[in-house]
Amino acid sequence: MKKKELEEKEVQIEETPVVEEIKEEMVQDEPDMIKEEKERSSRVAPVVMASEEEQNKDMAKIVSAQKVLKVVFKVLVYLFLCVMALAVLFPFYWMINSSLKTLAEYKRPVPTFFPAEGIQWGNYAEAFTAANLGTLFINTVFVGIVSTILSLVITVLSAFAFARLDFKGKNILFAALLATMMIPGELFTITNYTTVTNLGWLSTYVVLIVPFLVSVFYIYLLRQNFLQIPNELYLAAKVDGTSDIKYLWKVMIPLALPTLISITILKMMGAWNSYIWPRLVANDTAHSMITNGLRNAFTDTTGDVNYPVQMAAVALVSLPLFLVFIFLRKYIMKGVSRSGLKG
Amino acid sequence: MVDNKQQWKAWLYLAPALVLLLIFTVWPIINTVRMSLLENYSGLRAAAGETFKFGFNNFIQVVKYKQFVQCLINTILLTVLTVPISTLLALVISVCLNSIKFLSRFLQTIFFLPYVTNSIAIGMVFAAMFNIVGSFFGTQNEIITTAGIINNVIEFFGGHRINWINAGSTYAANIAVMTIYIVWNALPFKILILLGGLQSVNKQYYDAAKVDGTSRWRVFWRITVPLLSPMIIYVVITGFIGGFKEYSSIVGIFGETMGPADASGRLNTMVGFIYDALKTNKQGRASAAALILFGIILVVTLVQLRWSKKRVHY
Repeated sequence: MKKKELEEKEVQIEETPVVEEIKEEMVQDEPDMIKEEKERSSRVAPVVMASEEEQNKDMAKIVSAQKVLKVVFKVLVYLFLCVMALAVLFPFYWMINSSLKTLAEYKRPVPTFFPAEGIQWGNYAEAFTAANLGTLFINTVFVGIVSTILSLVITVLSAFAFARLDFKGKNILFAALLATMMIPGELFTITNYTTVTNLGWLSTYVVLIVPFLVSVFYIYLLRQNFLQIPNELYLAAKVDGTSDIKYLWKVMIPLALPTLISITILKMMGAWNSYIWPRLVANDTAHSMITNGLRNAFTDTTGDVNYPVQMAAVALVSLPLFLVFIFLRKYIMKGVSRSGLKG
Repeated sequence: MVDNKQQWKAWLYLAPALVLLLIFTVWPIINTVRMSLLENYSGLRAAAGETFKFGFNNFIQVVKYKQFVQCLINTILLTVLTVPISTLLALVISVCLNSIKFLSRFLQTIFFLPYVTNSIAIGMVFAAMFNIVGSFFGTQNEIITTAGIINNVIEFFGGHRINWINAGSTYAANIAVMTIYIVWNALPFKILILLGGLQSVNKQYYDAAKVDGTSRWRVFWRITVPLLSPMIIYVVITGFIGGFKEYSSIVGIFGETMGPADASGRLNTMVGFIYDALKTNKQGRASAAALILFGIILVVTLVQLRWSKKRVHY
């Protein structure tokens, strides 16, 4: 019995290299190879075949061993994923945990994993006033909404022109636009700073909105989507005498809605996260964006920083993004991954 | 069928985009090259009527500038550290996520969460986690009230407290914190792309491997990685581009001093250098640095594309 087991193992071992060689060819011609392979193994099998009962026992042993291995592997996979997930989540947990402590509790040498001195909701109220979050929220939402709407209009019109209309130099122009995507934004900022200064736009809402209205990437994304809509629809609409704008509004936009939603979300998130440009051109409190206000509110103080309040402010700033994520996850992921697969 | 009416209409629809692009994209490209070639160009002095000599002096000066070299080293170091770590980690997580059914959706959502965060806001959380609250670091009168949760964990396991980001911290400790934060931040995008790629892989390959009893390790290196190579190269290239433009994550952790209190500017990056030059009205220097940055990104991307053509299996 033991001998037979060994023999069987030997056969298996001998077989592996051959199988692997075959597998490399398999890519081209799969079904045939698998068939041949199966035939071969059935040819090999009788050599080691003993009484059926014994063989079944051996098989059962091997199968159960494989099963155990599989379970162990699954457990390891889950363990790894859970550890990583915890590592990803920990900063969020720590942010909320810290934001609800008193400063004295925060400074304890041995940290508490749940606010022991009572939950300090007051930190949030304090953060809201200390960092002037109200104004910052309104500024950011205003800039976000206005720039999203204008940007969508511009993007839809350009994408329509590129997808549906014929004009001289269309392909060259489109290629040129795509080429600008390779250039890092910092290169533009240097001149744009001078430009907006000369235009007298410093510390206005205009300066936060206008320079970033056109995104070649969004035009590209939407054009690809428009191209998937059959041209016959457009021609039929033309025969009926429908105007371009009406056609766009009634047919193209509804069909491309998921892409438009993705663009909207990405644009709003961009406004929420913008830091460098606003700091450069709109550093006054009246036009500050949320990120600038957040960072400055707690670095200007040279004395003792009230860390729990700082964490509460961070949590307040992060909250809208989480809400957007929870409700519109599908569109965000689609927008991001689409940018990935064809960029 | 290029009729005149369509021509006219097309340009009308494109007009708003093109006008804005001309002002805020095309002109800056031309102007940056111009400014970089005018020696010591400064917007303020140009407005006062000063003329500048034509030449490559800006580039030479920038490269010789110690601060610039430090910025370049920081940028390259962070990129070279974070891109391979985050890519490999994202690859393993994606493969694991793809192999399970139960909780898969839930875990996917968790792993995507860092993507929708504000890199400065969460940077402040990381700073709090590594921050030592106290005073007189490194002196005899050192007072430490709380060492930060990371140090607490290290001490819990019997290790010794490390000064990560406070005054007196080492460059290596700073870089370690930045690496951890940037990897944490970079994972979601990479996981999303790689997982998307994995889900579109033809299951036949895996079934065939199963029939053959191929080991998991071999399956991973011989099937998964080659089939996923276009996505891997994509996340690596975008990772490099993002890495060379690193800036706000450092502001998130260290604030605008770009370094610990006693060594401000130590962790400054290329982008930070450009903005510093811009703020002090040295547009010539800023332009030269921006063009160098562009050149580096271009060369690295082209080299990677070239290399991947030989290696990537489409």
